[in-house]
Amino acid sequence: MTDTIKDPGFEASAALGDAQRRIRRRYAAERRFKFFGLAAILAAVGVLVVLLFTIVSSGYPAFFQTRIALDVDLRDPTLEQADPAKANYRKIFDDALAASLPGITDTKELRELRAMVTAAAPYLIRDRVVDDPSLIGREVRMELPASDRIDQLQKGEIDRNVAPDRRIVTDNQIAWYDRLDADGRISAPFNSGLFFNADSRFPELAGLWGAIVGSFYALMVCFFLSFPIGIAAAIYLEEFAPKNRWTDLIEVNINNLAAVPSIVFGLLGLAVYIQTFGLPRSAPLVGGMTLALMALPTIIIASRAALKSVPPSVREAALGVGASHQQAVLHHVLPLAMPGMLTGAIIGLAQALGETAPLLLIGMNAFITSAPEGITAPSTALPTQIYIWADSPERGFVSRTSAAIIVLLGFLVCMNAVAIYLRKRLEVRW
Amino acid sequence: MPAIYIFPIVILLAILGYTAGKRRSLAQYGDRTAGESYAPRGYFGMYVALWCGIPALILSVAWLIFEPVIVNGLVLSGLPDAFTEGLSGDQIALLESEIENLSSGVVFGQPTPEVMAAAERYGELRQIARAAMFTAVIAIGLGAMSFAYSRVRPSLRVRERVEGTIMVILVLCSIVAILTTIGIVLSLFIESLLFFEQVSPLDFLFGLNWEPQTAIRADQVAAAGSFGAVPVFAGTLLISAIAMLVAVPIGLMSAIYLAEYAPSAVRSAAKPVVEMLAGIPTIVYGFFAVLTIAPLFREMGVTLGLNVAANSALAAGVVMGVMIIPFVSSLSDDAITAVPRSLRDGAAALGSTRSETIVQVIFPAALPGIVGGILLATSRAIGETMIVVMAAGLTANLTANPFEGVTTVTVQIVTLLIGDTAFDSPKTLSAFALGLVLFLITLCLNIVALRITQKYREKYD
Repeated sequence: MTDTIKDPGFEASAALGDAQRRIRRRYAAERRFKFFGLAAILAAVGVLVVLLFTIVSSGYPAFFQTRIALDVDLRDPTLEQADPAKANYRKIFDDALAASLPGITDTKELRELRAMVTAAAPYLIRDRVVDDPSLIGREVRMELPASDRIDQLQKGEIDRNVAPDRRIVTDNQIAWYDRLDADGRISAPFNSGLFFNADSRFPELAGLWGAIVGSFYALMVCFFLSFPIGIAAAIYLEEFAPKNRWTDLIEVNINNLAAVPSIVFGLLGLAVYIQTFGLPRSAPLVGGMTLALMALPTIIIASRAALKSVPPSVREAALGVGASHQQAVLHHVLPLAMPGMLTGAIIGLAQALGETAPLLLIGMNAFITSAPEGITAPSTALPTQIYIWADSPERGFVSRTSAAIIVLLGFLVCMNAVAIYLRKRLEVRW
Repeated sequence: MPAIYIFPIVILLAILGYTAGKRRSLAQYGDRTAGESYAPRGYFGMYVALWCGIPALILSVAWLIFEPVIVNGLVLSGLPDAFTEGLSGDQIALLESEIENLSSGVVFGQPTPEVMAAAERYGELRQIARAAMFTAVIAIGLGAMSFAYSRVRPSLRVRERVEGTIMVILVLCSIVAILTTIGIVLSLFIESLLFFEQVSPLDFLFGLNWEPQTAIRADQVAAAGSFGAVPVFAGTLLISAIAMLVAVPIGLMSAIYLAEYAPSAVRSAAKPVVEMLAGIPTIVYGFFAVLTIAPLFREMGVTLGLNVAANSALAAGVVMGVMIIPFVSSLSDDAITAVPRSLRDGAAALGSTRSETIVQVIFPAALPGIVGGILLATSRAIGETMIVVMAAGLTANLTANPFEGVTTVTVQIVTLLIGDTAFDSPKTLSAFALGLVLFLITLCLNIVALRITQKYREKYD
């Protein structure tokens, strides 16, 4: 770049004539302009930093879950080795609570006490016993997830000094919490349930497993449809297609499809796949098929670029030793272009993973409490799970939503890292 | 066995065909007389594999599409006539899904014995159909394979046949993109036509009142429903305009700074960071808007004595603008760096400062590319869904006040189609009419943008 005249001595020594004043004004304008440019960059980067910081700081606590250790007495006569699922687990749970905090008899107080542990506690005890019937006849210390409000209390989200009617935990609960804490019964280990539980109405039990499996199935369907079709279309358009109106039309069309709003693809999926073909709603199969249509233009464009980057000498050499046109392309050009195509496909899949709107329209925002068993079973996906949690009123879901976003961003970073690695490692520079 | 396993089976059949064909042609290698085909052996394998794989694949796809229809028809015709007489299409669909749920063990309420029997029959039929599908596909595959196998001989012009088939497959795949567009246009048009049979297009395009919540059953109390979409369009324009007011200055200035001022180290570090903004899923922005930006604006409004709604157009628009910054900046950056160096040198030689060069020389030269980028970004903003679904309002509100809540086309589509979707109520169909408008507007913007950028490219290349 050519440097403009910039001589401070010139400015200082010269008399302040009209010309000098003009030049000074012009330099001031120059500095202002440069400053605005820098400010714009800093604003964009700043928003990104603020965004990531808010998400991480609000999601971080959800990676830990408060647990309350209770001594569960499994010597209850209703428990039988033969049929461990059939017993009064509600009573067993109540007894365990009473044993851990003796001296509470009032029914109302008991209800308050019960509300400190997750409402699903009796079922959790039952599941443990069914898994391992040898526990029957012993007293077992079980760490049960605390309810959302106690979890918030443990994480310091609740101000103890606020008047009791304006906070979600009662004075009794705070006192009992402190007693349990002094007994060493409160712990907050890593919340593996966030990854390995399916969705639940209770924030303390809700996890992402169903959404992760659903997203995985949908992405697999998307990949197996869009990758072969995309590569085939790119090969045809780049290597074989005659230059005529018809192929021009296909090209314009692909460029346009890449810019069609995602929600329109959702409308297409709803009207064609679900309404016309009668495929099941909420299924990863339909989600994947819809996402495949969206990923297709990205994959075709990336694959064509990869094919274009293979030098013509490779084709010519193959043709020169007597290969047919198809042999030259499929045996020699395609393998060289493959890393670039794979990179494009991974980037297309990463975009598809974060896509929400089309999945909402085909019903992948259902409330489903188990991981899908196959690609036609109803399921959620990671972004739609975030949407469901963001809409839930319980306080615990705010930080879980952020935690789910962190998980989603983590997957995206991994996929892009793989794409960059592939490009760096495998792509041949000519 | 899940139906999806049919595809690995087809692939296995094709691999089997490939090895069989290749072996046979290798065995025949000695029989070759002078002057006969020299096709590589692999082509014989491909020949048999294609012969066996394609019919099997077509049959399994067709079977998977038509099986539910046929099974449902059989089950329904098996029900007593009195049961299905006088039912509308929706009620029959409901009955079908009840039967389907029952046979997979999901019981709602007390099903009648007829339905129970039908469910049992349904389960049986599905099982028979599944078994029949696997048998038929394998039989067709093996049959075709043995036919092709018997035709393998050295004189067969196998390369031409295989390459011809591959070419057809390649052409079909590139037509998928066209089919997608046709599918979008057809599905939007058909549903919109159904909508316009019930609501006049003039009312839809020029009506000022948008209240799509109609009664689904006759006994429900609800508004009659009015479908004047002007407030929805106005809301979309308001939010997009706010977004562009944020995105264009920031995006353009950062592109100028990166292209003209920044040292190359800063450029190579800052450019990917700015582009990361485009890689963040929109639902994340939506949650960010709800969690941080909307409360922030609300509090700022309180201190300034303004009444800012919780779902103000401002919050949604600003966050959407942030999302769009990278589109504006990277497309502008391309346009600016494509301006030939001679123009810069010429301006500098005449004594202009850098900013003067940029404003008076580079910017006009890059203008077509920048305008193209801005148009593409506008089309993104109009079609953006998740940010507005989470951060903007649900009720239509004809206002230009950015502190109030407004709704957008995409928000209405999502809220109308989430939950029950009866495809004959104007409420559901209006979503498709909105979708059609959205598709046409973004299509026009995209075409114009692509045209402008292409024309510009021709000028300097």
